Amino acid sequence: MTAGAGAEALQLIFAGLGNGAIYALVAIGFNVVFKSTGALNFTQGEWVMLGGMIAAAAISGYGLVWAGCLIAVVIVAAIGLVSERLVIAPLKRPTPMLITLLSIGLAIFTKSAVMLTLGKNPAGYPGFSGDLIFNVFGARVPAQTVWIIAIALVFMLAAHAFYEWTLLGKSLRAVAADREAASLVGINVRQSVMWSFVIGALAGGIAGTIITPLTFTSYDQGALIGFKGFSAAMLGGIGSLSGAMLGGIVLGLLESLAAGYVSSHFKDAVAFIVLLLILFVMPSGLLGRPSVERA
Amino acid sequence: MTQPGDVGDPASTAIAPVAVDRFAGGNSTLLGRIGPLAFCVFWLLLLSIPFVTRNDYIVSLGVSFLINLMLIASLNLLIGYCGQISLGHAGFFGLGAYTAGIVSAKFGINPWAGLPASCIAAALVAVLIGIPVLRLKGHYLAMATLGFNAILSVLFNQLVSLTGGPNGLLGVKPLGFGTYLLDTQARIFPLLWLCAGLVMLGLNNLIKSRVGRALRALAGSELAAESLGVNAFRYKLIVFALTGSIAGLAGCLYIESNLYASPDSFDFSVSILLLAMVALGGWGRYFGAVLGALIYTAAPEILRTLQDAQLLIFGAGMILVLQFFPRGLAGIGDAAVRLWRPSRS
Repeated sequence: MTAGAGAEALQLIFAGLGNGAIYALVAIGFNVVFKSTGALNFTQGEWVMLGGMIAAAAISGYGLVWAGCLIAVVIVAAIGLVSERLVIAPLKRPTPMLITLLSIGLAIFTKSAVMLTLGKNPAGYPGFSGDLIFNVFGARVPAQTVWIIAIALVFMLAAHAFYEWTLLGKSLRAVAADREAASLVGINVRQSVMWSFVIGALAGGIAGTIITPLTFTSYDQGALIGFKGFSAAMLGGIGSLSGAMLGGIVLGLLESLAAGYVSSHFKDAVAFIVLLLILFVMPSGLLGRPSVERA
Repeated sequence: MTQPGDVGDPASTAIAPVAVDRFAGGNSTLLGRIGPLAFCVFWLLLLSIPFVTRNDYIVSLGVSFLINLMLIASLNLLIGYCGQISLGHAGFFGLGAYTAGIVSAKFGINPWAGLPASCIAAALVAVLIGIPVLRLKGHYLAMATLGFNAILSVLFNQLVSLTGGPNGLLGVKPLGFGTYLLDTQARIFPLLWLCAGLVMLGLNNLIKSRVGRALRALAGSELAAESLGVNAFRYKLIVFALTGSIAGLAGCLYIESNLYASPDSFDFSVSILLLAMVALGGWGRYFGAVLGALIYTAAPEILRTLQDAQLLIFGAGMILVLQFFPRGLAGIGDAAVRLWRPSRS
């Protein structure tokens, strides 16, 4: 180890920010579906895995990293759409519990479909700037980490603009606030569920394609990253974009610092211990509004 | 408009399902009518398995069925009757298994001590974790219990000196009476049969008792139940501890019948599958747990010939069953009844 203590800390912080940006993207996808259906979407993590796997397959076929990632994101969003149309839309009584359970079935199905078609081997591809590594005050920061943070930020801004300024975005917010009132003023509630699945899959697909150059992915990686995303969403407070962002970053940093300074064996436990503590102390999350969720 | 058996109202934002049948084995459903008798016959036939067959494979299926039944029936009490979504059940299962295993393999204590030890350990942890966690509701509770399970999984994997880590815990001593050791699955089967039977009997009595009515009341509306004098938090905590200790018992019996355990068996994905089985069988249905345990035990065996495609078919099957029978397979009985007695406004 030639780098000093400061450089080491900086390196851990960058790694944490990169992972945190991914958790934030997953948390947003999770939030969007939760707000429109009230359900926990267990498929969210599978969409992340799907993004990485499809991009890897496309890139090994055609060679172009950017094009492959773009294709993968579009395909994942389309899979989100089809999943909702086939599984959720036909329900007569779409209760939150039923949608949650169906998303478990969908997650199992998606995971095994990937295993059958794209294989069991871990997949990866070079980063958007190749294997370029920046040297920031002695800390080694892969260019891909910078890409991840930048793309996540752009997605957040785009999502914010979408919800604030477009008719569809506003109607989705209306449904999230009050389903019945929204349907009374003529908003198609069922269709908004469909769009929330598309947006959720889009966020997951983007997260998957940008993280895979750093971590690789395989068909069974979805669940864990999905739960980290859930934790981030809970941490920030369910339903707020900035909360998801903050939750993701906090979680990523905590995990990375714990792995660096405490023990890498217990890294995965850190995320969940923090989650439990936050739930006990402030059940509405860091940025969420106080609610009646706690007796 | 809403019938008493409705799973929930479409506009409701509550995630928790509401218990459906009023009495376990009550006469409101087809299953309820023929259920109890058929179940007793089935249960007696079950005991004969290790005596009529020398086939280890069939006996091992019976063993898994009994363990799965204890897990799913106890989870059903918590989710289906009490309305509390727990995604940490496999954690308590693992806690019981490792407690019993460590007692006999690492400390060299008589393996029978593992039976009470695993129940008590799981119940204690359930109370400790339940006091903060059960104040949360719906998805918050689900996530908190999932987090608890994930933390336990990390501990099972990393505390290598106690649990054996990812390689699993070896050297578990079998239960026995003097020199007669229950060291094969055929020999331990009657003990499992007895324990699972007692659990099912106990659950049936509990559901029919005053406590059971209080639980269903608080599953329907906690506020309404409290206004009627039900101490919701106390009941939830008791049920959480009880279901935790049943899972712990199942864990002890699991490790004693396999004489081995590894952390994969207690992963949070197992908790999620157990929840799915409660739903597939029929939540809040006494016999739903039996159906759920049958599917959970049989599906991997039936689909084994499909090899890699088995999970695909399983996922698709789960989606289809829930789409057509949102109340689980136990709901098919209702659908059949409604077919020949459709007049109901």
